[in-house]
Amino acid sequence: MALSHVATTSRSQLLKPLTIISSSLRHPISTDTTPITVETSVPFTGHKCEPPSRTVETNPQELLTFFKDMALMRRMEIAADSLYKAKLIRGFCHLYDGQEAVAVGMEAALTKKDCIITAYRDHCIFLGRGGTLLESFAELMGRKDGCSRGKGGSMHFYKKEGGFYGGHGIVGAQVPLGCGLAFAQKYSKDENVTFALYGDGAANQGQLFEALNMAALWDLPAILVCENNHYGMGTAEWRAAKSPAYYKRGDYVPGLKVDGMDALAVKQACKFAKEHALKNGPIVNFSPVDTLETTLVELLEMDTYRYHGHSMSDPGSTYRTRDEISGVRQERDPIERIRKLILAHDLATEKELKDIEKEFRKDVDEAIAAAKESPMPDPSELFTNIYVKDCGLEVYGVDRKEVKTMLP
Amino acid sequence: MAATIQGIGATAYSVNSDRFQLPSLRSFSESKGRFFALRSEGKVIGGSRGRNVSPLVTNAVAAKGESATASTSAKPGFNVLFLLRHEVLLFEALREGLDEEMMRDPSVCVMGEDVGHYGGSYKVTKGLAEKYGDLRVLDTPIAENSFTGMGIGAAMTGLRPVIEGMNMGFLLLAFNQISNNCGMLHYTSGGQFKIPVVIRGPGGVGRQLGAEHSQRLESYFQSIPGIQMVACSTPYNAKGLMKAAIRCENPVILFEHVLLYNLKERIPDEEYVLSLEEAEMVRPGEHVTILTYSRMRYHVMQAAKTLVNKGYDPEVIDIRSLKPFDLYTIGNSVKKTHRVLIVEECMRTGGIGASLTAAITENFHDYLDAPIVCLSSQDVPTPYAGTLEEWTVVQPAQIVTAVEQLCK
Repeated sequence: MALSHVATTSRSQLLKPLTIISSSLRHPISTDTTPITVETSVPFTGHKCEPPSRTVETNPQELLTFFKDMALMRRMEIAADSLYKAKLIRGFCHLYDGQEAVAVGMEAALTKKDCIITAYRDHCIFLGRGGTLLESFAELMGRKDGCSRGKGGSMHFYKKEGGFYGGHGIVGAQVPLGCGLAFAQKYSKDENVTFALYGDGAANQGQLFEALNMAALWDLPAILVCENNHYGMGTAEWRAAKSPAYYKRGDYVPGLKVDGMDALAVKQACKFAKEHALKNGPIVNFSPVDTLETTLVELLEMDTYRYHGHSMSDPGSTYRTRDEISGVRQERDPIERIRKLILAHDLATEKELKDIEKEFRKDVDEAIAAAKESPMPDPSELFTNIYVKDCGLEVYGVDRKEVKTMLP
Repeated sequence: MAATIQGIGATAYSVNSDRFQLPSLRSFSESKGRFFALRSEGKVIGGSRGRNVSPLVTNAVAAKGESATASTSAKPGFNVLFLLRHEVLLFEALREGLDEEMMRDPSVCVMGEDVGHYGGSYKVTKGLAEKYGDLRVLDTPIAENSFTGMGIGAAMTGLRPVIEGMNMGFLLLAFNQISNNCGMLHYTSGGQFKIPVVIRGPGGVGRQLGAEHSQRLESYFQSIPGIQMVACSTPYNAKGLMKAAIRCENPVILFEHVLLYNLKERIPDEEYVLSLEEAEMVRPGEHVTILTYSRMRYHVMQAAKTLVNKGYDPEVIDIRSLKPFDLYTIGNSVKKTHRVLIVEECMRTGGIGASLTAAITENFHDYLDAPIVCLSSQDVPTPYAGTLEEWTVVQPAQIVTAVEQLCK
């Protein structure tokens, strides 16, 4: 693991304002923004593009925010695990622990006006986009106070104000939607970008390449991000894909392979991709020399890992060894990396960090308690939000005999 | 409030159902004695900016004993300007509707195969790309799944795309996007996102186009919650429904028919929008209610001519709204005639007729003097050979026989 080199530079480059995801933070975040330079764990690998530098500018405030955000996400996912086993969460529950660095790194590079769309492993990204713990747990438990009023479930978290477009259950279907978001941004001349996330399993879907083709053809400000946790449901990537180098699969589209367990590397890559996508100037097609100019779309591959199985019904150990899981946890855990950085730079003491984690434990417990208090949706909610304005329509229940209602 | 004139009983039918002409207004004044239904659309037209749909029938099911409130108020006064008309073919009427809406609202855009530079394979979008540019009238690659998904994603941010399927059958490839993302997203996001898309295209049995290009997708799509489906049949209602569909906040699937694009009619110069949920009274009558839509309307009217000569008085209703059904108009008709014949182009199993039969039986069982008869296409892939193709679809002679049987 690369250790940091403390270097103060004369550039006081302030980074973009960071998101605060928990509204009940009691410890003030350190507002120290003295730049710190850190090297990413591994260099970036580029495909048809010059990869960005390994050297990342950060500052104490950012590092502490990373730590807090990731710790909260980790706690939330672990709590969701227990809730599922207690049968309070039903159906499908796909947990993100291990992959938190992707969510926080991306948030650090974006604004709320940029759009993020992902598949069903969406709890932490929802949190990053401004969702609250209560909304999260209430939705998981199917209560009224959930972000989708209890009608979506684990796979359908959305936050319109935060620019989070879900939350989709069908593998790969969110990528064309993501290109649609980018299309709308280009149409409205927004100067914002869309990050469309998908997994290594979805990377073999045809609609992904269709969407990539269209995005590249029309220079849409779309960045496709493959969260490669190396297992598509229960099948390892090398057993499903002829070419597991997902960042190269865009062919003419520039790609970048990133260590997805290093939040700073993720941040650097996302910033790089966003700048690339918004680049103005003449686009030279069919240029044989400088392929970077031929398309604005970028394909990022985040090399990450999930500790849990694919979902709660998957133990996660039938297709991989426990040694592998614990090995990754020891060597590449994203929270540990940031913790070591913080301690190495003396930004906080070990005890302070532990206190933060304890506090988040409490926050999560409180949120769960509040979510449990939240009532189930009203029966009339069965028929709301089917149509906008629910105009004068007749809706039947399953047996067409009993449950019939007239929508207002 | 402007009154619109609908369903003037046509006098002249050519045997060739491809060209269907309504009488010019000169003959209108001669037919004072004939009953015609005026329906007030309740919409301020000509320069209105609001997106409000006309006041909708709040009780879609006619209750017993309820006096038929004025949906057919025969108000003699009508807008004089309405008398100014111009002749169009159906595809031109669609184009007019689309053009007017694109001019009115910059967020309306079109996407589909060959819609831009080629002008549309059925010329519906001819000239629009030159007028509005390549981004607003977007030529997509042949990738239905992803460009439908893209349109839906764009709609999530506020654009209003009109997605064209070159043939309805090709939209089977986009079924996942239409069902899951288009229909259900408003619900699963708890009302956060609305999807104001219009998905349109020609379907139905053509002239020896073969099995795969003669599909009736309304049977497959009718179960999807959250969408509305309409079928146009005349240039007048094509333009009105196109405009209404674009203005509607819900996803609307507009079913056109391959053989109806060259129908000629004189439509008003003044702007008008029709209601998406209303059925059209084509020919009022007393003996039997014939419910139909799209191309079968013309077969029915042809049969009606024969039936009138034989002394029957059929009431012909073009249901237009396939989802939801206009049970108000249909119910009033059933209460009057007590006999129902449904003539549709869908296949026998699981078609619109099947659902309509169930809906009418459930709601108006007491008013029926005879079981509902439903004439549908055969449950076969449409053959190529001309004679065989003719036998798969309902022909006027069969309609005449069915009415005679029903009215025994």
